[in-house]
Amino acid sequence: MLRYAFKRLISLVISLAVASVVIFAVIEIAPGDPASFMLGVNAQPDTLAALRAELGLDMSKLDRYFNWIGGMLGGDFGTSYTYRTPVSQMIADRLWVSLPLALYALTLSTLIAFPAGIYAAARRGKPGDLTVMGATQLGIAVPNFWFAMMLVLIFAINLRWFNAGGFAGWDKGFWTGLHSLTLPAIALALPQAAILARVMRSSLLDILGEDFMRTARAKGLSRRQALWRHGVRNALIPVLTIIGLQFSFLLAGSIIIEQVFYLPGLGRLVFQAISARDLIVVESVVMLLVFAVIAVNFLVDLAYAAVDPRLRSRT
Amino acid sequence: MSRSLILGAVLSSLVLLAALISFVWTPYDHAALDIPAKLQPPNAQHWFGTDHFGRDMFSMIMVGARTSIAVALVAVGIGMALGVPLGLTAAARKGSWLDEVIMRGNDLVFAFPSLVIAILITAVFGAGAINAIIAIGIFNIPVFARITRGAALSLWEREFILAARVSGKGAARISAEHILPNVANLLIVQGTIQFSLGILAEAGLSYVGLGAQPPTPSWGRMLADAQTMVSFAPHLALIPGLAIIVTVLGLNLLGDGLRDWLDPRIRVARA
Repeated sequence: MLRYAFKRLISLVISLAVASVVIFAVIEIAPGDPASFMLGVNAQPDTLAALRAELGLDMSKLDRYFNWIGGMLGGDFGTSYTYRTPVSQMIADRLWVSLPLALYALTLSTLIAFPAGIYAAARRGKPGDLTVMGATQLGIAVPNFWFAMMLVLIFAINLRWFNAGGFAGWDKGFWTGLHSLTLPAIALALPQAAILARVMRSSLLDILGEDFMRTARAKGLSRRQALWRHGVRNALIPVLTIIGLQFSFLLAGSIIIEQVFYLPGLGRLVFQAISARDLIVVESVVMLLVFAVIAVNFLVDLAYAAVDPRLRSRT
Repeated sequence: MSRSLILGAVLSSLVLLAALISFVWTPYDHAALDIPAKLQPPNAQHWFGTDHFGRDMFSMIMVGARTSIAVALVAVGIGMALGVPLGLTAAARKGSWLDEVIMRGNDLVFAFPSLVIAILITAVFGAGAINAIIAIGIFNIPVFARITRGAALSLWEREFILAARVSGKGAARISAEHILPNVANLLIVQGTIQFSLGILAEAGLSYVGLGAQPPTPSWGRMLADAQTMVSFAPHLALIPGLAIIVTVLGLNLLGDGLRDWLDPRIRVARA
């Protein structure tokens, strides 16, 4: 197990290193000099040079790369070109919106998908199964930002149960904060729930065909008992992987949903930074999201290997 | 033929037909402004109503279909053109350093949150249809490489491949003449699914302003324009959204149906 974890850790580090080089390179070849963008076209050459020195733009590319990486490892993400505040502070503030939103959506998606998937599998081929499967087909086809707009139209504009956008803030109380994240979380959760329900169903159907399920029935368990005691538990392994993948997807997917609801999360930060050519912010947020995805996948792999020793030999 | 294959084929060809017809005919000029006729709900003259500039929504949807299909199709093309040869090579050189490099590279691209990278690419190189195509296309490469390698590996164990090797054919020739035709069905099915994902991705990118730029109509941007008007003109948001759903649903059903039809042996439930 330790050997496996070590091997996976090495590949995690390599992935992160390559990812950081790619992100840095993409940002480097971006046209436009941040310093001249900030000062405008009428800037004096010496002011420009001073600002470039201040931002570290006069160093060689290699130095700047290692500065960036070294800083990030120590929790220093650099200073925003436009706001002149530490990027780490900006990200931390926004993370308090994006992270709870992703977790909220993940919870909703799981709460919808588990019963739906189990129900469909237990009634395979019957009308109940077909209805659930039809609904998931539809759920996968619906763009979440469009679904978000429809939720706003129905629950914010017509019924007035929620605000159409904005974030109340956690300092007004947990439930107030949660309330303003509810519509965005539902919008994010729907397509994920559809995918998860399908995985749950097919995974459970695979298990139901296994010999040990027949043994369970043969020793006198009812269909329902066998399903819950032996079926669902064993079907969870592939489902957990998908949940792990979905978390990172939700974190990234919230970028677009935050635009619909005007939520002050990482997504809005990225878009504001892009339009202000605040590339250090873009670079750091993207790196952080990539790190989150790779790290979550790593943890899922480890959890997997801990549950199922057969997987350890497969690298 | 299954019901999903028929329904999927009907929906997909409906959208394709609308896009093709829009080259020669639309009910109105999709870009023609008619301010006095603005924000009309669907009616006899304007089947899908008009937008805030009085433009005919039906015509815009037809022309928008062109944008969606073109972006998604070329993105799938990029994925196949690069991914399939990579997958074939990796399978032919199974276990070699080349296989290792190709597969690790794939894992790496997979690890990137695709939407974030698409945003990064379009943000850095400028918004537009071409950059959207590249951004979506890059993430199709590992999908096709992986599926090709997986299918090719089991084929390499088969006797007819052994026969081909005995007859003196090299790995490249076997890949092209024997492996590729046998994985083609799989690629068509996967292509359909990636196509539908591409339509969704394009809509998302244009919604945040990083896809096709005005005056090219696109469904995603129609939705972005509709956002502030959804309270008094809900049809502006409803119709482009339904267009996306019909297209994606149609392609997904087509993909599922094709898989069952092309290979009746595997009737797996699609996750």
